[in-house]
Amino acid sequence: MNLKRVIFGMASGLVLAAAPLTQAADITGAGATFPYPLYAKWADAYKKQTGIGLNYQSIGSGGGIKQIKARTVDFGASDMPLKPEDLKESGLTQFPTVMGGVVPVFNLEGIAAGSLKFTPKVLAEIFMNNIKKWNDPAIASLNPGVALPDADISVVHRSDGSGTTFIFTNYLSKVSPAWKSKVGENTSVQWPSGVGGKGNEGVAQYVQRIKGSIGYVEYAYALQNKMTYALLQNREGNFVAPSEASFKTAAANAKWDMDKGFYEILTDEPGKDSWPITGATFILMHKFQQDPARAKDVLNFFKWAYENGDKMATDLDYIPMPEAVVKMIKTSWNKTMMDSSANHIWK
Amino acid sequence: MELSTSLPAKQAVMADTPNPVDPKRQQFYDLLFRNTTRLFAFLVLLLLAGIIATLVVGSLPSIKQFGFNFLFSTQWNPVTEEFGALVPIVGTLVTSFIALLIGIPVSFGIALYLTELSPRWLKRPLGVAIELLAGIPSIIYGMWGLFIFAPWFADHIEPWMNDHLGKLPFFGPFLEGPPLGIGMLTASLILAIMVIPFIASVMRDVFDIVPPMLKESAYGVGATTWEVVSHVVLPYTRVGVIGGIMLGLGRALGETMAITFVIGNAHELNKSLLMPGNSIASALANEFTEAVGELYTSSLIELGLILFFITFVVLSLSKLLLLQMAKKEGKGT
Repeated sequence: MNLKRVIFGMASGLVLAAAPLTQAADITGAGATFPYPLYAKWADAYKKQTGIGLNYQSIGSGGGIKQIKARTVDFGASDMPLKPEDLKESGLTQFPTVMGGVVPVFNLEGIAAGSLKFTPKVLAEIFMNNIKKWNDPAIASLNPGVALPDADISVVHRSDGSGTTFIFTNYLSKVSPAWKSKVGENTSVQWPSGVGGKGNEGVAQYVQRIKGSIGYVEYAYALQNKMTYALLQNREGNFVAPSEASFKTAAANAKWDMDKGFYEILTDEPGKDSWPITGATFILMHKFQQDPARAKDVLNFFKWAYENGDKMATDLDYIPMPEAVVKMIKTSWNKTMMDSSANHIWK
Repeated sequence: MELSTSLPAKQAVMADTPNPVDPKRQQFYDLLFRNTTRLFAFLVLLLLAGIIATLVVGSLPSIKQFGFNFLFSTQWNPVTEEFGALVPIVGTLVTSFIALLIGIPVSFGIALYLTELSPRWLKRPLGVAIELLAGIPSIIYGMWGLFIFAPWFADHIEPWMNDHLGKLPFFGPFLEGPPLGIGMLTASLILAIMVIPFIASVMRDVFDIVPPMLKESAYGVGATTWEVVSHVVLPYTRVGVIGGIMLGLGRALGETMAITFVIGNAHELNKSLLMPGNSIASALANEFTEAVGELYTSSLIELGLILFFITFVVLSLSKLLLLQMAKKEGKGT
């Protein structure tokens, strides 16, 4: 019938017309949920300016490492830096983009953000399930004026492989030998108790829903969801609140080394105002690029981000990399990244 | 006239028909049809064999490392690379079992109502509603469970359970725990809601097929509705009912997204149903894309192999059950 033909013709016309739209060269990345809010913002602004979009899947640092090793994405993102031996073995190069903090968040009625204090040992004991109730003397003695309920503590952790978990467990391993031997540090550990949420988003959601729960999320998530965070005692003995200033103080002592793949973990840093659970987030790319034009697109994106993305980063309470380190990073691009005929991709 | 597929026979048959078709071409079409369908059938067998082979080859490193202990260990430690499947296996079996425990009576009630008790004008809308429920994607159930069901459950039902059911002598420890909202019980309830449409529609279809004459005769000699159902309808439809239940169980065992949202993803064995746990499918969904390391990935593949095995055992048991029932059909009347 004529009507059928008309409809068929229109449908195929639409499909053909849409085909060119899908051919825009988007760069792809996958990995950490820690910097996801920032990468999304950068991608949006970059697309408005240049028309090149970024497709970033926040599947967790473990996933990011796996996908870049399998070459299914243009770059991987991980909060857990790979050790120099690992980088050499898998032919990857690594550089940091921003720094941020992991904060403990909790859900107790009537207790506002910043009014609960923890020492490192108490935090470790809570997550090890040795301190089971909120009104335990260990917590009560640190918080004399606070009305702690006689309720069980429900721990919330990550169910997926996460760099946020790595930073958090790295910190706990540094401050608690019991934690180090019992649980250890990794993107995925055997938690002594608790519920697992998927991504920083999942943990934030569970903590908000379950009364009497405690979890750990990247600071941007705590801010965006208006969650109640706790104060933590740092190495110098001061109780500090998470903020851009306390992250910056912690990051000031970092020693960035280009030849070691910028391997640096910023937990438990000295400084009287330092936030103890600070970390950087890294990008992983292959040293030998089969598609140099594509690799250049990715590097151009990050160059743009280093030069124009600082304000967006600080708006979300991430710390941009210092100027000197950005210079080192660009040098490392030139040094390490080559195409199949051994020409340097980045000049 | 004798039926035969040989060429002379076909020619003889064709000669009698008003508009004869070239028998040689007919022979060719028959051959083509038979071989194409044979190819498709074998493709299925090939696919099955391929999947089993991939699962076994993938789990070999883990099998070599852990052996039988894998099935009984509750460890799941990616740092020290020690893995054990007991928590996911128990989670899968317990949630499916509870889902069926709740789902079968409810589906039976629905099917019974739709075929015997409901007014005629209600049958179609209710039937359509059930089918729509079956068609909802499982991730929607997961989201509904997480955003709406779990908070309501945590605020109203779980405290009540803690206070009243937690003190019962035998079942008590299973039904008390912190009111998290998410956990094994929530997952089982959502699973029950998901399998009910499947089981109910299969049951309703087979109940409909019972010859009216049988039912009328039973009513005629004075049987009550319940007696008709239990003595006439159920025995007649036994195969279909068991088939429907197995369909529901199959879905329950493999359900991934709905459970992942609400089961809590905790690799620990707890007595209480209110605590979080894990199931094989949700462990795979959470961890497979990020498992770094050969042993970790291999352990996850072994979990998949175990699930495959569980489904296979369940299917075989159901076939055995049907066989036993068929054997007993002739006796005792």
